[in-house]
Amino acid sequence: MRFHQGLMQMRRYATAVTLRQFGHAHTQTQTQAITHARRGTETTVVRTLASSASPLPELTQISDNVQRGNYAQLNDKDVAHFEQLLGKNHVLTEDLEGYNICFLKRIRGNSKLVLKPGNTQEVAAILRYCNERRLAVVPQGGNTGLVGGSVPICDEIVLSMQRMNKVLSVDEVTGIAIVEAGCILENFDQRARDVGLTVPLDLGAKASCHIGGNVSTNAGGVRVVRYGNLHGSVLGVEAVLANGQVLDLMSNFKKDNTGYHMKHLFIGSEGTLGVVTKLAMLCPHVSKAVNVAFIGLNSFDDVLKTFVSAKRNLGEILSSCELIDELALNTALQQFKFLNSPISGYPFYMLIETSGSNGDHDEEKINQFISQGMERGEILDGTVSGEPGKVQEIWKIREMVPLGLIEKSFCFKYDISLPLRDFYNIVDVMRERCGPLATVVCGYGHLGDSNLHLNVSCEQFNDEIYKRVEPFVYEYTSQLKGSISAEHGIGFLKKDYLHYSKNPVAIQWMRDMKKMFDPNGILNPYKMLN
Amino acid sequence: MARVLVGVKRVIDYAVKVRVKPEKNGVVTQGVKHSMNPFDEIAVEEAVKMKEKKLASEVIAVSVGPTQSQEVIRTALAMGADRGVHVEVPAAEYDLLQPIHVSKILAKLALDEKADLVILGKQAIDDDANQTAQMTAAVLDWPQGTFCNKVEKTDAGLTIAREIDGGLETIKTKLPAVLSADLRLNTPRYATLPNIMKAKKKPLKKVTPKDLGVDTTPRIEIISVEDPPVRQAGAVVADVDALVAKLKAGGHI
Repeated sequence: MRFHQGLMQMRRYATAVTLRQFGHAHTQTQTQAITHARRGTETTVVRTLASSASPLPELTQISDNVQRGNYAQLNDKDVAHFEQLLGKNHVLTEDLEGYNICFLKRIRGNSKLVLKPGNTQEVAAILRYCNERRLAVVPQGGNTGLVGGSVPICDEIVLSMQRMNKVLSVDEVTGIAIVEAGCILENFDQRARDVGLTVPLDLGAKASCHIGGNVSTNAGGVRVVRYGNLHGSVLGVEAVLANGQVLDLMSNFKKDNTGYHMKHLFIGSEGTLGVVTKLAMLCPHVSKAVNVAFIGLNSFDDVLKTFVSAKRNLGEILSSCELIDELALNTALQQFKFLNSPISGYPFYMLIETSGSNGDHDEEKINQFISQGMERGEILDGTVSGEPGKVQEIWKIREMVPLGLIEKSFCFKYDISLPLRDFYNIVDVMRERCGPLATVVCGYGHLGDSNLHLNVSCEQFNDEIYKRVEPFVYEYTSQLKGSISAEHGIGFLKKDYLHYSKNPVAIQWMRDMKKMFDPNGILNPYKMLN
Repeated sequence: MARVLVGVKRVIDYAVKVRVKPEKNGVVTQGVKHSMNPFDEIAVEEAVKMKEKKLASEVIAVSVGPTQSQEVIRTALAMGADRGVHVEVPAAEYDLLQPIHVSKILAKLALDEKADLVILGKQAIDDDANQTAQMTAAVLDWPQGTFCNKVEKTDAGLTIAREIDGGLETIKTKLPAVLSADLRLNTPRYATLPNIMKAKKKPLKKVTPKDLGVDTTPRIEIISVEDPPVRQAGAVVADVDALVAKLKAGGHI
């Protein structure tokens, strides 16, 4: 399945990096690995079935006791219709596991049909038909979501965007790229880089996730501190509505202050209001100089001081500010032996990245920032590098942290925004609440955006620990006026908790809006709103 | 206790996409990020480990090349080498510098510095020559242990496991000797912040090939540097029959 594929890809890539790092002339494969890595990060999409190592989760409809909506049942005539519309090759009725199971293996739907449209018109024709027939549809990108938003819950038809994977244009002068929704983020970035630009979004799943999915879920990632979120970077979208109408909100300009700014409705609405098929993205220039520091600190207080110092001293070149706690790092190091941490033995680690246009200037700034931090005793040890290979190696540590936690155990993942002063307390509180029921309780995340990834892992999902964790984590967050979902979205897993972050009036307006856009409720049902 | 000389070469960083110059006489290096040759990092790590185990008294890092080569010497110093020697070769000449020149330089330095052991990366990831260690040993007439997978100090000298096709070969050698580091010899450490700072104060000596009495007159002329051929795009066929037909037509089955 896709998740697995993403993981395998990361591993393969990691191995390739390790091999390539030591370029080897003895064997052909290793030389290829070097070439491969030199060329950056080309992605081969191979869909593999769910690993046989772990058993399939129970069907979510059964485990979560979901009442199927009042939708029509798919029949042979429907399948024949779609085959005629898309061609047989793009209508799948077998081997659908990869499309039915979510990244975390928490949700398993029972879809019998996957459609792979090749263009906007085909998406429109599919939705028009489904709307008339009252067939429920779940749009799916790379299926790397963490809240079960991109998989069917019952038997919804999967609308896979993977064939709509083209970068239509990249304008070197304006920095605006037009891209189809199914383009894999990393491939999009590679295309942008060919003309000296970069996609202002970067996250661990970049080798699998689709840009359309990123936009539909308003994905955050590790560069928000620098480039802001997608509401700023996405200049326009094209979306197909439930009735098959194509809503063209594309724009080639940064400034367009006409009418209601409807494109924002499709950024983060998780495919419940329409299917994003195309978008315009404002891409910044690639930074000529990228430096990364990986540092160890003794207390969360020192982490905060270092963060403030980074904002003050690195200012406009600061492009990432990430936190990893000791347990999160150690879990990743245990699971993935190819990872090599520069330092060990500290309760907190930070990964700080700068991106700028002048290497010497940036280096001087980051060195000064570090030496001041060391003089004050806040930064205890670490490493700093501007060599692209080392930068990648260090980032890989951060990127493998979430995967380390789900590698061999079940993991409750929370993605919350909390005021920085109270940012880390919840990890300690949770550790105490769970006691020996949890194998690991740890926190990492985007400190620069006040976004914590709280993780509670245990050997197997069980009710006892579940009850200790939820709804406590949401109540706690709500009391601090945080957000119960900073960047992952609501999807299926968090829809019952939306009220912790949104008031009843707001939720009612959301319902009304959903009704207006999708009166038959065929688009991504069982998600977002309960 | 032995004194160890390690060679560190500055190469285009392995994560950078290498581009051929439009004139096809070399690759673009201007404005391209460089770093220490990864095999040399392994060599430095091995030398520093020897020092930590008190098997070596001093580690000297040597780089041959233009001014910027000092960057990789600093990295070696930050990893734990004690001092550096920069053998300056101007950029224009450096393009035509070959292992034969470098090995003579290293051999001379090994004698001058009274080194008992020379450790080099088995090859550099830019020219992939895999010759410098072997030639250095030949110039010095010292024994060589190439493609080291494991190096152990014994009373008489060193016991070395070497990577050979499909396995390992164990050899013994006396000191002084020349070694070349293979991929699995160790995992090089990161230069940590306190050590990066200390490295700035470590001594770095500059010499020229002429000072060492080594003639670096070019022995080769670069005729052309070409990109590897672009892989042809694949095609999607409708079904197995079509695939079989295509393979037959192409003479593959």
